[in-house]
Amino acid sequence: MPTTLKEPTAPADTRSADSFRLGRHTLRSRLIVGTGKYANYELMAQSLAASGTDCITVAVRRERLIDTQGHNLLDHIDTRRYILLPNTAGCFTVDDAVRMARLGREILLGLENPGADWVKLEVLGDTKTLLPDPVATLEATERLVAEGFQVLCYTTDDPITARRLKQAGATSVMPAGSPIGSGQGILNPNNIRICLEYLKDGDPEYPVIVDAGVGTASDVTIAMELGVDGVLLNTGIAHAKDPLVMAQAMQAACAAGRLAYLAGRIPKKLYATASSPETGTIAPKPR
Amino acid sequence: MQIFVNGRQRTVPEGATLAQLLAQLELQAHHVAVEINMELVPRAQHERHRLADGDRLEVVTLVGGG
Repeated sequence: MPTTLKEPTAPADTRSADSFRLGRHTLRSRLIVGTGKYANYELMAQSLAASGTDCITVAVRRERLIDTQGHNLLDHIDTRRYILLPNTAGCFTVDDAVRMARLGREILLGLENPGADWVKLEVLGDTKTLLPDPVATLEATERLVAEGFQVLCYTTDDPITARRLKQAGATSVMPAGSPIGSGQGILNPNNIRICLEYLKDGDPEYPVIVDAGVGTASDVTIAMELGVDGVLLNTGIAHAKDPLVMAQAMQAACAAGRLAYLAGRIPKKLYATASSPETGTIAPKPR
Repeated sequence: MQIFVNGRQRTVPEGATLAQLLAQLELQAHHVAVEINMELVPRAQHERHRLADGDRLEVVTLVGGG
């Protein structure tokens, strides 16, 4: 009589239970994906779907007044499926960022998209680095919060600035892993750690998102393993050789990093620790 | 009268409304937002907002971005 083996019980799917509260919104995916720089809109739409995201960023720009037929982003994204997150990319002053946030909100209100109540704030310092101007970012945060926006703040990985932005009422602080579009990954994980410690002190649910710098899937995993709540990326998918496959890789990487964070990694040690019993071996130990 | 739309000069009839201009530009109203002289003009006011000579308009939409 063969022995019947009891099937091991699979754990409940941690991912499905692990939704992500971001301000007044709840997201299923912890990836926020940008809509810029794709070779065409079809590839963009397919890549967004493949990434599993339910929140996508968009930019606000002047309408081209010639040949607009069929060339609008909005003809290619399902605004019922995704929460849109309008950004203030390309703004270098507080006033311009506030204006752009209002314009984005106005469009999203017209679309009846739930993203009308928030903005990804970018106030840049210069065009070469695209690094944020921390003083202007802080002031713009205060003004937009006063106007009722949920402000998701793009910033550097400086923990002191991060803390000031939270104090100013930012819904989420989003430190850059490395400069926008640089693909350098998480350059200073220790700063991200300190940001997390400061921002989540007594407030463990406060959302922290790594925004910018992701070059490949392992960058997302590293960020998620550090304990950030989500990752925002664009170029890493859009400019990959095969964006569709990279979108899937990013989704898997995000899930892997989140699960590893929840599971709790082992501490790093200098020397080895055997996995097999050290006693009962048939071979003598070397001296 | 002369106005400026996204930096380009344009002639519109006296007393034209913002809604009339957007229709003339063949823009889908729910895809755009409009600022006149740096101030947002909410959609609900487009029908009754009359343009004035020298107005500077920004007509924006959503584009791909990160």
